[in-house]
Amino acid sequence: MAAVSASPPSSSSSAAASMGLDSGDKVPHVLAVDDSFVDRKIIERLLTHSACKVTTAENAHGALELLGLADGQQNFSNTVSNVSMIITDYCMPGMTGYELLKKIKESPKVKQIPVIVVSSENIPTRIEKCLEEGAEEFLLKPLRLSDVKKLRCHLTSNAGNNSDEGLICVGR
Amino acid sequence: MEVGQMQRQWVDYTKSLFLEGFLDGQFLQLQQLQDESNPDFVVEVVSLFFEDSEKLLNDLTRALEQPSVDFKRVDAHVHQFKGSSSSIGAQRVKNACIAFRNFCEEQNTEGCVRCVQQVKQEYYLVKNKLETLFAMEQQIVAAGGSIPILELSF
Repeated sequence: MAAVSASPPSSSSSAAASMGLDSGDKVPHVLAVDDSFVDRKIIERLLTHSACKVTTAENAHGALELLGLADGQQNFSNTVSNVSMIITDYCMPGMTGYELLKKIKESPKVKQIPVIVVSSENIPTRIEKCLEEGAEEFLLKPLRLSDVKKLRCHLTSNAGNNSDEGLICVGR
Repeated sequence: MEVGQMQRQWVDYTKSLFLEGFLDGQFLQLQQLQDESNPDFVVEVVSLFFEDSEKLLNDLTRALEQPSVDFKRVDAHVHQFKGSSSSIGAQRVKNACIAFRNFCEEQNTEGCVRCVQQVKQEYYLVKNKLETLFAMEQQIVAAGGSIPILELSF
């Protein structure tokens, strides 16, 4: 039985039913990467409100460490497992969200995890290059509840399942 | 004052903040994320925003006081401030940041100095308003009432 977050039980189970999730599905685990303290808190709450488990990282390097992908990484005790989706801010000091996306898509270990890029700036060339690099979606900040609800369709099929069954994602 | 009156006052005050443009729909999103299991969510996020903002304003002021202004750095700070104010729905602060970025692009020191003042003003205004709002909420809860759910259409 999926763990229910703060939302009233009736609404989350009907939401789950409408998304084709049965009680056998595990709670989706999302890795959220953002250098802004305020935005990390908000994205975390948006996701827990949508019945997800959340791990946050404040920069791309931290995210790579959590995924066990950092260059020269020796200590794997803090790595997370079963990540169903990664949401990353585009503009971050050091490594950008785009560079993080590239590293993820280059790694045989995690390339199948859907990556969502978010940005406060609506720049078509930026959006294009992220989608070309394999981002599942590119969303504009600030994120709303309706955005996160839409993202849950990326979590229904197991990572690596390329079947077209299931929900149709309508981007913004 | 009895609870019903306090609640009505809260509703009127909140509505005025939206009508006067201090807050936008994003603030409503935050309120929707608050519930029995996360009863202080809005206060927590806004407090983070206040902390962040004080630091950003200091960094901005200092950056503009340098003999040779690093406009890229100034712009980076303003970008961050624009982001956080947008995330909590502080509309007027966000708009002041948008105007600020134009002067950064032009590398106009005087314009930037004016903008910092403008952003500071809007920030302290909204901070004051939000603190007043939170104080009203505390009074309602202390009197045994609950904070009303707003039905506002955007």
